[in-house]
Amino acid sequence: MKVRAQIAMVLNLDKCIGCHTCSITCKNVWTSREGVEYAWFNNVETKPGVGYPKEWENQQKWNGGWVRTKGGGLQLKAGGRWRILAKIFANPDLPQIDDYYEPFDFDYQHLHQAPEGQHQPTARPRSLITGQRMQKIHWGPNWEEILGTEFAKRSKDKNFDNVQREIYGAFEKTFMMYLPRLCEHCLNPACVAACPSGAIYKREEDGIVLIDQDKCRGWRMCVSACPYKKIYFNWKSGKSEKCIFCYPRIEMGEPTVCSETCVGRIRYLGVMLYDADRIEAAASVASEKDLYQAHLDIFLDPHDPVVIAAARAEGINDSWLEAAKASPVYKMAIDWKLALPLHPEYRTLPMVWYVPPLSPVQSAADAGRIGKNGEIPDVKSLRIPVRYLANMLTAGDEGPVIRAMERMLAMRAWRRAMNVDGVEDIEVLAQAGLTVKQAEEMYRYLAIANYEDRFVIPSAHREYANDAFGERGGCGFTFGNGCAPSSPAEALFGGRAQTTYQVPPNRQSVTREKA
Amino acid sequence: MNHLNTFLFQFYPYIALSVFVIGSWMRFDHDAYTWRAGSSQMLSGKWMRLGSNWFHVGVIAILAGHFVGLLTPHFVYEHFISSSQKQLLAMVVGGVFGIVCLVGMTILLLRRMFNARVRATGSGRDLLVLVLLYAQLLLGLASIFVSSGHMDGAQMVMLGEWAQHIVTFRGGAAEFMLTAHWIFKAHVTLGLTLFLIFPFTRLVHIWSIPLGYLRRPYQVVRKRQSAVDYARR
Repeated sequence: MKVRAQIAMVLNLDKCIGCHTCSITCKNVWTSREGVEYAWFNNVETKPGVGYPKEWENQQKWNGGWVRTKGGGLQLKAGGRWRILAKIFANPDLPQIDDYYEPFDFDYQHLHQAPEGQHQPTARPRSLITGQRMQKIHWGPNWEEILGTEFAKRSKDKNFDNVQREIYGAFEKTFMMYLPRLCEHCLNPACVAACPSGAIYKREEDGIVLIDQDKCRGWRMCVSACPYKKIYFNWKSGKSEKCIFCYPRIEMGEPTVCSETCVGRIRYLGVMLYDADRIEAAASVASEKDLYQAHLDIFLDPHDPVVIAAARAEGINDSWLEAAKASPVYKMAIDWKLALPLHPEYRTLPMVWYVPPLSPVQSAADAGRIGKNGEIPDVKSLRIPVRYLANMLTAGDEGPVIRAMERMLAMRAWRRAMNVDGVEDIEVLAQAGLTVKQAEEMYRYLAIANYEDRFVIPSAHREYANDAFGERGGCGFTFGNGCAPSSPAEALFGGRAQTTYQVPPNRQSVTREKA
Repeated sequence: MNHLNTFLFQFYPYIALSVFVIGSWMRFDHDAYTWRAGSSQMLSGKWMRLGSNWFHVGVIAILAGHFVGLLTPHFVYEHFISSSQKQLLAMVVGGVFGIVCLVGMTILLLRRMFNARVRATGSGRDLLVLVLLYAQLLLGLASIFVSSGHMDGAQMVMLGEWAQHIVTFRGGAAEFMLTAHWIFKAHVTLGLTLFLIFPFTRLVHIWSIPLGYLRRPYQVVRKRQSAVDYARR
């Protein structure tokens, strides 16, 4: 047993209101630079929809993630090592900028500077790539917001597999949900495995997957290998970038920006202990439907003295072990089994999990005859097809999705009976396999969602890991070359300074100060 | 003319190679963030599979051919192959891969000049490198026609001697170039110039051929720098 710790995330989709605050705050902090205008480390998709980039879930198209070979081993879906290297000159699986969207902005300055005229001046769009006028915007960030675009396009959504998708085109049958997405910081990341330079790595202390910007050579294999398409190619620096799980904040014991600013309080961060020796076996189980269970099995119980002893032997600090015991992620994923991994069939063992959303019953006409499964309303009568959620969260296995939703319904029914009827309905909890104590905790974590319950993040112990004296006068997060934004050497070697993006006629030329 | 010849083929090679080595080293150490292949495939992937693949396959074969052909001493290969046979081999192999490279590079050059996205986001250096490489390839292909005029292999041996004198730091290298056709002289001079500008352009990605990928484990886990034990200092 080799115990490792990771800060994992759970998103409670039942409470996501699709406000995009997470995306915007993330964008403002991390990707408001030239070269990554189109990149959203965090984005929120309306489902059903093809998403961002288009059809990212369709691995027949993008060849992302892993496959199990006939011999029972794991191989990148894009091919073996020689195949990956053979694709280095022109990667046939690389998404184009138009698969994300061509970034644009508007000529706002024209509103200030237009001469007096007959008509109100307008701000027309310009491409942030070419600087040319864009006559019509065909696709943009969050283009499918709240079922935008026609159903024929949206129904290309891969999660409709084995669902009679035509039915859900009808207005009466339509359904939607939000899916906020960020890097999954997987236990078996395909991006790391595909990087020819070995520049991408997983941090041993907290499991955050990062790209070493000094080692990245821009071979772009990670962009296509990541089945979640959460690695973005920066056209200006020629290197790939990805969600860094706000590691400067996590190290200080603070939640990521997306979690901190979530107005719906849907995000939870906590420590998970797992057995690193069992990752490969778990990722290569034969049946895709067994991947969820295999993933659960490699997590370790933080209360188990054997695990605690093994964790200490690996040098995991006691503050981390205490945090693991109070981890909201552990409660939701293991204790209550509410949270499920996103697309486990990619075999990357993702570490950002989702609580499936409840939805209204089919239609008002049906309301009188809702199927009841004992005390709990039948989850099959909910608007979002269980099969659709199962395709998204459990490789098509409906059991765990039904269990999670029944538990949430039972908790609601129990609280409703308590507040409206004034009775304690133990029956309903028992049917969903919950104890009163569990239900009370679930209520506290899901409905109240206090800040200190949602985020249990031990600070990093850099004093043990690093020679802090050598870091004095450092400048925290930078690109490349220390504290200087641009150095004379950078200019000599063709480097381009980081700038915020602007409409290209005003594209910034950095005036360099004399050294 | 003699002075120019001495400068170009006796001194300039050392200037160019020094800048090539020291410049690359400095860039790697001092500005690793600028060290990248500089792909623009994401902005415009159209034609890239033909253009980039053909260009790279051609140019790698040609480079390898030049290294082996120029730097293998005469006494090593003369037992297996005569000079004139070797020249014929070089002309055929170089010609075939030269055409492959030409097809690819023509696509890449047109794309870099006329594709709005690539043009707007690329740098002047990217265009310069491509134009110089294109000129170099045309000179190289033209030299095949010059070579076909004298199939005895003598000129090729002279060029090989020049290169071997340069890399072994022997004097008198320039004399081997004195009688060469101007196309050979221009080809060598431009080749040395490419070495000269190498560290300042995207060409540095050639140093980073990721063959290590074939051997490394799939997963990379890094620990932060280990603790400094002051007691043992």
